[in-house]
Amino acid sequence: MNPVKELIRDVKASMGIFESPNPELHGLLAEFPNPGALYHAAEGVRDAGYKHFDAHSPFPIHGMDDAMGLGNSLVGWITFGGGIAGLALGTWLQWWTGAVDYPLNISGKPFFAVEPSIPVMFELTILLSALSTVAGMFALNGLPRPYNPLFYSSNFARATDDAFFLHIAATDRRFEKDGTRRLLEDLGATTIEVIRDRGDSDLED
Amino acid sequence: MSTEHQANSAGHVMDDSPLFGADLSFHDITEMVASHTEKKTPIAWFAAFSLANIGLMILLVMIAYLFWNGVGVWGLNNPVGWGYAIVNFVFWVGIGHAGTLISAILFLFRQQWRTAINRSAEAMTIFAVICALIFPGIHVGRVWAAYWMLPIPNQMEMWPQFKSPLLWDVFAVSTYFTVSLVFWYVGLIPDLATLRDRATNKIRQRVLGVLSMGWTGANRHWRNYEKAYLLLAALATPLVLSVHSVVSFDFAVSIVPGWHTTIFPPYFVAGAIFSGFAMVVTLLVIARKIYNLEDIITIGHLEKMNIIILLTGTMVGFAYITEFFIAWYSGVQYEQYAFLNRAFGPYAWAYWIMMSCNLFFPQFFWFKKLRTSIPFMFVVSIFVNVGMWFERFVITVTSLHRDYLPSSWDYYSPTAVDVLTFVGSFGLFFTLFLLFLRFVPMVAIAEVKAVKPEADPHYYDGHGDGHAGHELPTAAPGPPATA
Repeated sequence: MNPVKELIRDVKASMGIFESPNPELHGLLAEFPNPGALYHAAEGVRDAGYKHFDAHSPFPIHGMDDAMGLGNSLVGWITFGGGIAGLALGTWLQWWTGAVDYPLNISGKPFFAVEPSIPVMFELTILLSALSTVAGMFALNGLPRPYNPLFYSSNFARATDDAFFLHIAATDRRFEKDGTRRLLEDLGATTIEVIRDRGDSDLED
Repeated sequence: MSTEHQANSAGHVMDDSPLFGADLSFHDITEMVASHTEKKTPIAWFAAFSLANIGLMILLVMIAYLFWNGVGVWGLNNPVGWGYAIVNFVFWVGIGHAGTLISAILFLFRQQWRTAINRSAEAMTIFAVICALIFPGIHVGRVWAAYWMLPIPNQMEMWPQFKSPLLWDVFAVSTYFTVSLVFWYVGLIPDLATLRDRATNKIRQRVLGVLSMGWTGANRHWRNYEKAYLLLAALATPLVLSVHSVVSFDFAVSIVPGWHTTIFPPYFVAGAIFSGFAMVVTLLVIARKIYNLEDIITIGHLEKMNIIILLTGTMVGFAYITEFFIAWYSGVQYEQYAFLNRAFGPYAWAYWIMMSCNLFFPQFFWFKKLRTSIPFMFVVSIFVNVGMWFERFVITVTSLHRDYLPSSWDYYSPTAVDVLTFVGSFGLFFTLFLLFLRFVPMVAIAEVKAVKPEADPHYYDGHGDGHAGHELPTAAPGPPATA
């Protein structure tokens, strides 16, 4: 497969988007009885060398990032960038409007000074940080993504209620239908189903 | 019970009171909260909604009347150029603060009890800020020029006057509104996905499908989501403190006696949290009863809010007394007069309503019996809201109505339009809040589940989860994940 496509595939996988070239086999979805079992199953799958897999739970499970072998989230850097941009914008706005474009002498106060500019600078810093945090979170998550082959599983609807799932995507280099299924069984899965994707996929190899 | 204790102490909860009134499974929580948005609309809701809508209509008619006639329909007079509009604005902004305090500051402090109340408190914040934004919007004489407050490049080559606290307000309150809305929506996404997955009809499924953005509860998503939530909380914390500080600058930056005090920013923030928590108590005491959520929003939760009311009420009362002391200590006769006039002048009635509602009544919450009594806390929360409205009234009107020149002294009284506009703003608030109760899960489902001891993966270690091969050495339970 061509390396650019492979890179794109891995980046998408980091967002939880797995696009299998085979519509008949998107991946395997295994259910686990509780957060603890899911946690240990994720560790097991990680130790077996899988990369394209994800745990689905109705609430975030503490420590799951390590169990899945994921690093720290990058959202913070995006927030930081947004904050710097907001501060710069606020400073520029105060200086440009007050001292350059429309200087007004108000009680002999300086046209531009930091003190009266702080509220606007502060608020714009917060505003842009917050908006970039949310935009960055959506971007890193690959959301909005209304279409997801996992929704074909009627069982999966309970992932937002009280069920705990582990999904191993067929795009994983180690994925092997029978072997992967055996691994999931060994890890204590209560049910395992094959997820099919009869829609389109932009991968071909 | 012992495991619950363990997990709670690991989560740094300072007290032993349970987070839930009963033993609820994850599914029970989903069912309890989500089913209210799914069943047929109750008649009582329509009744309440109609009443709120009448209020909203009153507001709209009063605004139309104001626009047609100008601000002369209000009771403003020469020394008092600023009356109900600013009082209501500060009142409503203040109400909003409890929501952000619960969602952001208590989150940073790992207060797990916040999860039961944060969704409704945040909704309250957003609706209160909407009500607040109306008043500065309509009080400018030429309403059609209200957009001049925003720095929009225009053909007149004018910019707003950024050295005015009123303009800082525009930035502070609009940022506050935007960030609160975004924070609330981000918190809603997992719950909207829950509703989507439970939806039985196509339209509901589609609408919720769009709103929940394809959320699947994937851990790759939770990872970024939790980081974003933490960062938003960290950003909202200084924001909420700044907003009411900036609002207090509207007064404090001037040189009017009674306004020009450095205590204003912290005192306004404490007052805002005070009134906001009172409003949360008022609303939740009713909502938890109607929606049968007593096991999720327990007496323990209400008690903790009452303790915050007691704390902030005492802080506010301390500020009132400090103001008096500083007025005397400053030796400025205008300052001294302003405060004596507040307590013993023509507006003494308003001053003593404020003092008794804000300083006196919350003191009953020192008694556990009283702060855990539903009827009692309901009454006190109403008193606090009344008192906090009067606080803003006292600050605004008593300082203005007697300025430096006795020849310009006058007594301010509102007209019917003033009063009805204020009443109407409650109509708007309750209209929005009722829509929220009807269509949105009023408790953060995912967050409530996450504070259950069963949500911690290590809860199951040693309970035998069926596979010995992959067990790590049992670690001490870490703090349960928070959403």
